[in-house]
Amino acid sequence: MIMYALETRNLTKIYGRGDTAVTAIADATMQVKPGELVAILGPSGSGKTTLLTSIGLINEPTHGKVVLDGSIVADEGWLPGIDLKKLRREKLGFIFQAHNLIPFLTALENVMVALEINDQTPQTAKKRATELLAALNLDHRLNSYPSALSGGEAQRVAIARALANNPKVILADEPTAALDTENGKNVMTLLKNLAVEKRSAILVVTHDHRMVEGFDRIFHVSDGRIVDEKNAQ
Amino acid sequence: MQQNTNGPFAESSRIPEDIAYRIRAVPGVAEVSPLSFQTIQIERLGKPFRFFLIGYDLNGFGGPPTILAGRNIRQKHYEMVVAKAMKMNIGEKIHLGLHDYTVVGITEKVVSSGGDPAAYVSLADAQNIQFKKDNNAIRNDRERIGANLSAMQYLSQTQTDALKQDIVRITESTHTVNTVVARLAPGANLHEVQERISRWNHFKPISADEQVRILTKGMIEKARMQLGLFRIILLVISAVIISLIIYTSTLDKIKVIATLKLIGAQNRVIIGMILQQSLLMGVIAYAIGYGLILLTYEKFPRRIVLETFDLQALFVIIIAICTISSFVGIRKALRVQPAEALGG
Repeated sequence: MIMYALETRNLTKIYGRGDTAVTAIADATMQVKPGELVAILGPSGSGKTTLLTSIGLINEPTHGKVVLDGSIVADEGWLPGIDLKKLRREKLGFIFQAHNLIPFLTALENVMVALEINDQTPQTAKKRATELLAALNLDHRLNSYPSALSGGEAQRVAIARALANNPKVILADEPTAALDTENGKNVMTLLKNLAVEKRSAILVVTHDHRMVEGFDRIFHVSDGRIVDEKNAQ
Repeated sequence: MQQNTNGPFAESSRIPEDIAYRIRAVPGVAEVSPLSFQTIQIERLGKPFRFFLIGYDLNGFGGPPTILAGRNIRQKHYEMVVAKAMKMNIGEKIHLGLHDYTVVGITEKVVSSGGDPAAYVSLADAQNIQFKKDNNAIRNDRERIGANLSAMQYLSQTQTDALKQDIVRITESTHTVNTVVARLAPGANLHEVQERISRWNHFKPISADEQVRILTKGMIEKARMQLGLFRIILLVISAVIISLIIYTSTLDKIKVIATLKLIGAQNRVIIGMILQQSLLMGVIAYAIGYGLILLTYEKFPRRIVLETFDLQALFVIIIAICTISSFVGIRKALRVQPAEALGG
């Protein structure tokens, strides 16, 4: 039996009730294996961010199931008593459109935050954060504040933060939107390598077709539905 | 002190100076010292100059507690010791009443109940400053008394002259003091001494504790309540300002807070972050305030006693205010949705 890093079954999210109800995602079903690099592609308003937030344990699904690393976390709503924050800390990593680094912390401290909120000691967190940043060629930028980093460097710090707790799934929301084409391609290449190297499933939400070259699979989303699934390789 | 008054620090009290000898004779009294008090306001260097003048018996007690510079009063006349807060130099002269007085020493930490800095002169000088009339006034008074007595047809010339002499002596006498302080002999019973003096007409004995109570519960209590009211108003305003700063600062950090929540930060991390900021602000403000107090304490026009307990209580109040003020920011932060971290 295949153990998926992430699985959704008939995932549905409806906003509002009655006549004003809007279906943002309808019956989204997908399975993502560890180490797989998956793109969720679709135009603005297609529901891809809602899909990402539901998978990311932020937005409670109305119907359907979400299974994360073999454990059901949502089945017609969140499972009772489930600690979503703990799951987000331990199983998920997030990469944002605009890096979302904490402006008053250095690159090193930004990565350490993700470790410290997961109960790592400051010493362990510092060691791990330094290693991660060095692996992403940022060892010369450890003590730089986000304002002093280039867009590509800031996004790499954000990737280091997402990788900090060895997540099973990394969710990236338009990670190249704030970058120029070259930096965007570099970030995508980095994500591809990380998926293989770290055996983390990486889901990238984007509207840019050019950026999904070399992805394992591409889900096309339109009007809240997964309308097409391509096995890219 | 004078009967039916609350003592020289609270209101006017006048008693004859020689009552000191009578008090000294009361069993249990070890030593006595007549004292004179008056608040003086003159013009100095073009500005109002206000101080509390204490006249004391140079052979008794009640003089300056310490001498920071110069020396104590040695001569019976025209020398004075002033408080440091009066910013006078040794050798400087000041005109009071009919004479000039030379500063011979500097003292500190003595103020009137109103907070004015204190200066010391000999009792005789203090009495002269307070009661001695100038020559014109004396001449006028003597003429008036003489004229009034001459109008009394039933008095002979000899009687008139004798009476005039007596009346003039009484009216020109400066031998009045505001209070007589007494120290009891070891083992003497305070209540017995008080009881004995209470039986005399026109005088009232009070203990140091009673005087403190009269001052703190009467004059100072009202001032304290007024200051307390201002302080409460200022603290409320501070709380509102801190709340607004924390709130706007939280609004600035919405994306940071949302990001932290999204990556799984517990509420305690978010609360701690805002609380830390608020407390840090309070501690820095307290440190600045404390530093300013230390730098400007000597420059205050009136002496204010700042006890260690007051400073500690203020610190606790500031911490409490900062904690309460941070609630608005914390409330806002806890309502931030992790999804707000997404998007551009």
